[in-house]
Amino acid sequence: MRGTVLTVRRVDAYHALTFVAPAIATRFRPGQFVTVAVGGQTSSMLGRRAFAVHDVRPDHGGTVEFVFEASGAGTKWLSSLRARDVLDAVGPLGRPFPVPRDPSSCLLIGVGYGSAPLFALAARLRERGCTVDFLLGGATADRVFGALTARRTGRSLTVLTTDGSLGTRGPVTLLLEQVIREVRTEVIYACAPVPVLRDVSMIAGRYEIPVQAAVDVPMACGTGVCMGCVLPVTGTDGITRIVRSCVDGPVFRGDLVRWDDVGTIPFDALGAPGWNPSRAPRPEAQANPAQRPQAQANPARSRAVSTPLGSETRHAG
Amino acid sequence: MDVTTTGFLLRRHRVPVDMRARLGHVELPNPIVAAAGCAGAGREIAQFMDVARIGAITTKSIMAEPFTGNPAPRLAETPSGLLNSIGLQGPGIDAFLQRDLPWLLSRGTRVLVSIAGHNVREYAELATRLSDAAGVTAIEVNLSCPNAEDAGHLFALDAAAAGRVIAAVRGSARYDIPVFAKLSADVTDIVPVASACVSAGADGLSLINTLMGMIIDPVRMRPVLAGMYGGLSGPAIRPVAIRCVWQVHEAFPELPVIGVGGVSSGHDALEFLLAGASMVGIGTEIVHDPSACARVLRELEEELAAMGVDRVADIVGQAHASRRIPR
Repeated sequence: MRGTVLTVRRVDAYHALTFVAPAIATRFRPGQFVTVAVGGQTSSMLGRRAFAVHDVRPDHGGTVEFVFEASGAGTKWLSSLRARDVLDAVGPLGRPFPVPRDPSSCLLIGVGYGSAPLFALAARLRERGCTVDFLLGGATADRVFGALTARRTGRSLTVLTTDGSLGTRGPVTLLLEQVIREVRTEVIYACAPVPVLRDVSMIAGRYEIPVQAAVDVPMACGTGVCMGCVLPVTGTDGITRIVRSCVDGPVFRGDLVRWDDVGTIPFDALGAPGWNPSRAPRPEAQANPAQRPQAQANPARSRAVSTPLGSETRHAG
Repeated sequence: MDVTTTGFLLRRHRVPVDMRARLGHVELPNPIVAAAGCAGAGREIAQFMDVARIGAITTKSIMAEPFTGNPAPRLAETPSGLLNSIGLQGPGIDAFLQRDLPWLLSRGTRVLVSIAGHNVREYAELATRLSDAAGVTAIEVNLSCPNAEDAGHLFALDAAAAGRVIAAVRGSARYDIPVFAKLSADVTDIVPVASACVSAGADGLSLINTLMGMIIDPVRMRPVLAGMYGGLSGPAIRPVAIRCVWQVHEAFPELPVIGVGGVSSGHDALEFLLAGASMVGIGTEIVHDPSACARVLRELEEELAAMGVDRVADIVGQAHASRRIPR
């Protein structure tokens, strides 16, 4: 739980913090994250901050590095840490990126410092004999993280910035189709804001390419107790559930997340306010998905689309 | 107290402090419980601590049916606190009895099941279902739920409604399962509500639930939480919780009380015990530190040993006896 800070260095617009934590470094798999407490022992900031692990190294028994932007009070405190300061870190948490069984052509998409976890993944994919192409984006040139590493380690690199200060001007999705056709992508890994992940999943869906999307949703605990980081995700049984991105993610199959409904409770989600238990067969426990009612089969739930989330359905639980 | 005195006391009290606490007629190994909604169903914190070590785990409030809860954003950080409007997301009683309760029992954990409903009948049915299942240590009735039969006013804010729920739960639950009422401090005076619950048959009280609060994002000029209001928890509300425990202990000195609200160290837990709580719940601190329950228990044991206390039950409510302060 306690790690010692090794370095905090500036990387363009971001900061990279390396700390010694052998227990995290040895168990880490690409895509997983760590949570850190901010503000010191007597901090008034109770929420933990979650960061995708950028890299682990074997020196000093095992070091862990993550990348962040010093934007709020908590991250500014992190950026002010110095070598030998103590950091309260928990990890590795979350589900890692699944890797293909056979060698495939993989496209890794990262926006901003979201690209940080992709380089450990790229190393793991290359071990498996996969080819790795990068598609990186950001608002400005200094907000494209790891372009140099990507050029050195990937088969190809495409960069886009919103203001055109590096690479092509535009969002990453502008050149996505072109890249997919040129490098004959078979699998996409993406780590970006929700609107970008939605567009990536949509475009990949047209080419029938599987997408593994790592979401960046604010988390307070990272362990699943606070229920703050929820997303509507359709299960393989066709039923939408409100799941926690910390324990059920942060990596999801792009086609199963209901991107347009993020931040809402879809009317057909299991247990949504429109859910009518007297008309629906009683759902069994999650261990037994075959006996659950089908998502679209129940007219009682379809009618509930016009039901607003009334104040009486809200609890301060 | 200087180092030598502490060392002397620790040496003198080599016999460990008797930490046993009573939850109604049920005996717990120690007075530390995980508060409702902050330890999930126990599984989430099991990888960070031994869940059987602490007195009991209170589950997240269980409802009759699966419920999605409120839309995101649901959580916001406030000074020394968290504001949440999760909205009692949960799998429903069926999934709880099939999946979560057997897991908790297999780990040897004592389970305080928190229940929530929209009307008196739902609460009573939940109590019946839990009584039929083996292994439930006690029931905690979350009264901070909108009453569907009373325009969505919270049960906890109305002494009569709270009493009706407790009477129904006490009537439906098996006689040997203690029933605790979890009250809200968002009332003018908490003692009449406590009194109504005790008259209705509550074996004890759990004080306090979150306080209603709100924050607004000045950039977006909108409330931060999708549910607009949220429940404030964390050390920010601890003085309010201590006051409520004090007032209720003054009115009902023999009543078992679980003190909850911003406990983040053994020192804070001691404060609740002195105010009159016989058990102490750890809530928001679990979000900050997943192993908080075990740590607070260790710290409390050390504090008591350093004070020269033999039994934790001896100091419950000691702050009320103003002229008999230990040490």
